[in-house]
Amino acid sequence: MTQPKTILKPDLSVPELEQKAKLLRRHVITMIANAGSGHPGGSLSAADVITALYFKVMRHDPKNPKWPDRDRFVLSKGHAAPILYAALAECGYFPVEELSTLRKLGSRLQGHTDMTLTPGVEMSAGSLGQGLSFGLGIALAARLDKKSYRTIVLLGDGECDEGQVWEAAMFAPHHRVDNITAIVDHNDLQLDGRTCDIMGLEPLGDKWRAFNWHVLEINGHDIKQIINALKKAGDTRGKPTAIIAHTIKGKGVSFMEGNVDFHGKAPSPQETEQALKELA
Amino acid sequence: MTNYADLSTRDAFGQVLLELGESIKQIVVLDADLSRSTMTKYFGGKFPERFIQCGLEEQNMMSIAGGLAASGKIPFASTFAVFAACRAFDQVRICIAQPKLNVKVVATHGGITVGEDGASHHAIEDLSLYCSLPGFSVVVPADGIETAGAVRAAAATPGPFYIRLGRPKFPAINSEGYKFSLGKAVTLRNGKDATIIACGIMVSKALEAAKNLAAQGIDCRVLNMHTLKPLDEASIILAATQTKGIVVAEEHLLQGGLGSRVAQVVTREKPVPMGFVAINDVYTKSGKPDELLQKDGLTAEAIEQAVKKIAPN
Repeated sequence: MTQPKTILKPDLSVPELEQKAKLLRRHVITMIANAGSGHPGGSLSAADVITALYFKVMRHDPKNPKWPDRDRFVLSKGHAAPILYAALAECGYFPVEELSTLRKLGSRLQGHTDMTLTPGVEMSAGSLGQGLSFGLGIALAARLDKKSYRTIVLLGDGECDEGQVWEAAMFAPHHRVDNITAIVDHNDLQLDGRTCDIMGLEPLGDKWRAFNWHVLEINGHDIKQIINALKKAGDTRGKPTAIIAHTIKGKGVSFMEGNVDFHGKAPSPQETEQALKELA
Repeated sequence: MTNYADLSTRDAFGQVLLELGESIKQIVVLDADLSRSTMTKYFGGKFPERFIQCGLEEQNMMSIAGGLAASGKIPFASTFAVFAACRAFDQVRICIAQPKLNVKVVATHGGITVGEDGASHHAIEDLSLYCSLPGFSVVVPADGIETAGAVRAAAATPGPFYIRLGRPKFPAINSEGYKFSLGKAVTLRNGKDATIIACGIMVSKALEAAKNLAAQGIDCRVLNMHTLKPLDEASIILAATQTKGIVVAEEHLLQGGLGSRVAQVVTREKPVPMGFVAINDVYTKSGKPDELLQKDGLTAEAIEQAVKKIAPN
């Protein structure tokens, strides 16, 4: 494996990361309120995972988004674009002020991710179930090029209804792709209701295990657990790792937590004010 | 040296991939448990580290191809045309077309000349679907030599491609030394009365029809429109200007394929009478390729009749 000359990685402490996650959540609320539409619930549930990735775990260079040796983060649940944009802006991929252009005509910040427009976005997503496959392509390219970068894919739990997720799940261990990590943001809700009512997923960890993945289950809001799990995943050889991150949809905003109504609805001005107060 | 004139389009594809794999190291080939039929098996045998067996996971395969292209590879993804177009269309749209990635989808077993396998295996919608994707180049070679040229051109031209090949061997149209030029129709025969525009296996039928019509005093121009997208509009406008009408022949549904695309140019730029030899809004059945071509009216006689309607002697 060729090692990059410089290892670039922001390296915050756990309390700093917790503060950063709160800041990213505030951006999410402001952006979606300002856009008048979007998906707050699934952005808030993924906030801690994405904070740990961009400010602790991944090596990347915001000044050089196409750095060939960068770790790749693939957001498969493309509707959580706002939390990714917030992280990228805070890292310096583009100005934080640009977040206010979300979903507006002419913006680089599309409703769902667009890799041709936004610096730091690795995949154009939006139609669910495709990110793990796309990430496998990136991971296979690393293997062919003898590069040591990691590919980390974030899926939604509702997204695991899609058959293609399981095609990819079958493919990765068969081809011994061990430089990829799948994280499932397991917030128990999807657009129409609770995942257990819409399409039962359990036992979700056992499913990934049965597909020959190394499986870790964590509290997806505990920064330490997230960092440890990502380290274990990175150290695991011979098989890919799936991290089931148990989360709460809408996490951090009392009236959005566990509330399916905020899967895909912007908060009103009053709700926005309340949310920002809680996230202060 | 491979003699491409003797090869079916899919065999030519298998051979030219070997040649390209040698010179272009970024080429990676993906297949979905059909490598012995799509002929990617040759590449897999010679470059096993760059051959990715995807099993029966066409959707996964297209998205993986996108990820490989995003990382600097030139992926060739192959399966049957029905699966490349219909099974994995959303994956092609999201992971290849929208991000404008450098993926080459090369599908074999296009059209109804797949034969006995029946309607589920007859790709008659694929050209319509791939032409509908912004940014895609769509090519239907007429023989082995043209296939080799088209695949070389796709490898050398950045951006997504769909190349549709057939199962049986098509009659050779071109000779060694033929230079494939993307988006440039080939005038196989000049004529002043009517123009026949065709692609794929129908090019040989168009030539046969033109020969028969010439014996009856009708002088036909024949254009091999191997590239459906980007379309050679100049050649179409010239044909509409210099001849009395245009007949389009293709092994595809009437809607959305070459005929539709040519008609859009003709109606916009230079309206002339047109005729269409294609499958008329039906699904086909099992049978021998030639029987099916006959049954669905994809014949030289059908082209002759269509020409006579628009350019009576």
